[in-house]
Amino acid sequence: MSFTSTKLSARLGLKIEKTGAPVWMRTLIPVIALLLTFILTSGLIIWGQANPLRAYYYFLIAPLSSQVSALEVLVKSTPLILAGVAVAFAFSAGYYNIGAEGQLYAGAVAAAWLGTVLGGLPPVMAIPLMLLGGFIAGALWALAPALLRVKLAVDEVVTTLLLNSVILFIISALLNGPWRDPVSGWPQSPEIALSTQLPKLIARSRLHLGFVVAVVSVAVLWFVLSRTSFGLKMRAVGLGREAAHFAGVDVGRTVLIAALVSGGIAGIAGVCEVAGIQYHLIEELSPGYGYTGIIIATLGTLNALGVAAAGLFFGLIDTGTQTLSHALGVPIYLGEVTQATMLLVTLGLFLLQNYRIRRA
Amino acid sequence: MEIFLVNLIAATLRVATPLLLAAIGETSAERAGVLNLGIEGTMFFGAFTGFFVADVTGSLWAGLLAAILSGVLAGLLMAFLSVTLGVNQHVSGLGITLLLSGLSLFAFRLKYGGRSTPPSIEPFGQLSPFAGVPILGTLFEQYLLTYVTFLVIVPLAWWLLYRTSFGLKVRAVGENPEAADAAGVNVFRVRYITLALGGGLMGMGGAFLSIAQLGAFTHGIISGRGWVALALVIFGNWDPLKVMGGALIFGGTFALQLRLQAMGLQLPIPYETFLALPYLVTIVALVIAGRNASYPAALLKPYHRE
Repeated sequence: MSFTSTKLSARLGLKIEKTGAPVWMRTLIPVIALLLTFILTSGLIIWGQANPLRAYYYFLIAPLSSQVSALEVLVKSTPLILAGVAVAFAFSAGYYNIGAEGQLYAGAVAAAWLGTVLGGLPPVMAIPLMLLGGFIAGALWALAPALLRVKLAVDEVVTTLLLNSVILFIISALLNGPWRDPVSGWPQSPEIALSTQLPKLIARSRLHLGFVVAVVSVAVLWFVLSRTSFGLKMRAVGLGREAAHFAGVDVGRTVLIAALVSGGIAGIAGVCEVAGIQYHLIEELSPGYGYTGIIIATLGTLNALGVAAAGLFFGLIDTGTQTLSHALGVPIYLGEVTQATMLLVTLGLFLLQNYRIRRA
Repeated sequence: MEIFLVNLIAATLRVATPLLLAAIGETSAERAGVLNLGIEGTMFFGAFTGFFVADVTGSLWAGLLAAILSGVLAGLLMAFLSVTLGVNQHVSGLGITLLLSGLSLFAFRLKYGGRSTPPSIEPFGQLSPFAGVPILGTLFEQYLLTYVTFLVIVPLAWWLLYRTSFGLKVRAVGENPEAADAAGVNVFRVRYITLALGGGLMGMGGAFLSIAQLGAFTHGIISGRGWVALALVIFGNWDPLKVMGGALIFGGTFALQLRLQAMGLQLPIPYETFLALPYLVTIVALVIAGRNASYPAALLKPYHRE
């Protein structure tokens, strides 16, 4: 037992035992989590002098009521889903990659560079090369911590986290040095060539090909985890390295591949933001997508559809918080608070669902 | 050259103060077996509440106290999640960082949103016990918090950890909670206390920036200092004195980089190299520490009592 002291439960004459959660309970968790999050955050909304119910209307329903903002939800979800899939890949194999943020930026650096050198190619060749380049860059940025983990047993949590800061310094050096935009003089890379920009899916919206890439990444995660022997190995390693080893799984190789694929997908998220939205590399490219990806992967229970759902929901929150802030003047940061509250509440619920209380 | 060096050392102490406070806080948590990735958010929250309360009450001391208390609360939240609920430490820590940065920015925007100029307060002044004396005058012209950090908090942390029965319990809990529990140590309570104390120090580190050094609160006020502090703990082998050494080295490189930039010196390498160095050095230190006995063996492992 883990969530209350033995003494307390003994005093109450109750016994807490571990159970499998019934299905209805698992489907109920997101609903309870949302409700609790609403209750916990409504204090802030009232402090912001708004009616929580009205605020949540703007927050969660208004963005879906017009086509423009509903598409914007998909735009916002794109990097979130990709980052969530990236993290889920690594976490499934028990590799705690906290470095998706840095790997995303590595992919963005590759996109900014390829976007200026591949200009001569037609889009049908240039765009796959952009995505591939971003994947390789993200995987390369994930390589050192993965090798340290596999070869020298150095814990990956801190190494991946620290490398996030390192790449930001590299980007700062690039953008204030050789890559500074010669046209504007701003610390941003020169605009990438037209043929390397991700095409729009729907005219006069911001929705770009990256969303399709995100959907494909979800399908890949689902396929690998549930339909391939490698996915089985990943999950075995994630459940316990020693047991997997004794079952004949090459643990090191499995972790290494999962870590690199994770980094690669995060890198693609960076490509999508550069080639789909900004067309430049900028220092503020990501407001922490890589970190939010960890939350999304966790909320999605590392399951492909769960990650997609959580990514879309967080995209909705990101869009809704803008609508809300325009309509009611509640600070935009409510979105961040809501996402974090949701995570913490759900984590608690995940644990509680595995236990039931009965008389000892 | 002499003036340059003296100024550099004095600046190093100032730069190192918030890093060191947070790093000692993190050491406290990690020594008991909990990696607190809430550090960045806790510093940010401390910087905000410190500024906010100082501004509202007009008392810097009230601000400092509020920052420490908010850090303690953040530490207790981390304890509830990671110790009581046994949630993944890195996920709950990052969640706390996200929550506290969001909350601070939300409250800051709500309170000060409409203003055209960023709000500021009159910050703590520096003490200058040797005013007028060359060299010493500059070296010792420091904030009271810097004195407290180097002369009280670090030695106290070291003494508590290595010379008291409480410290022994903390180390036992971080190394082998099962054995500590069997020996009658309350693992849960020890982790709650170390996380709360550690959180308080992180909040204080954040407040040093807002109510002593800057007299203001900005979005970028912490900008990764929490992660540097996290790195310092590893670099310093989870020993408060070595962590202090690390903070001085890193503070020194940072201060040097600032000075060189301010002098407009053209270096053959970008100044970001100095900033990235602590992180890279720490990764190397981690590789070495991987085989070192002082790595708290129970780090990242939630403790379940059967």
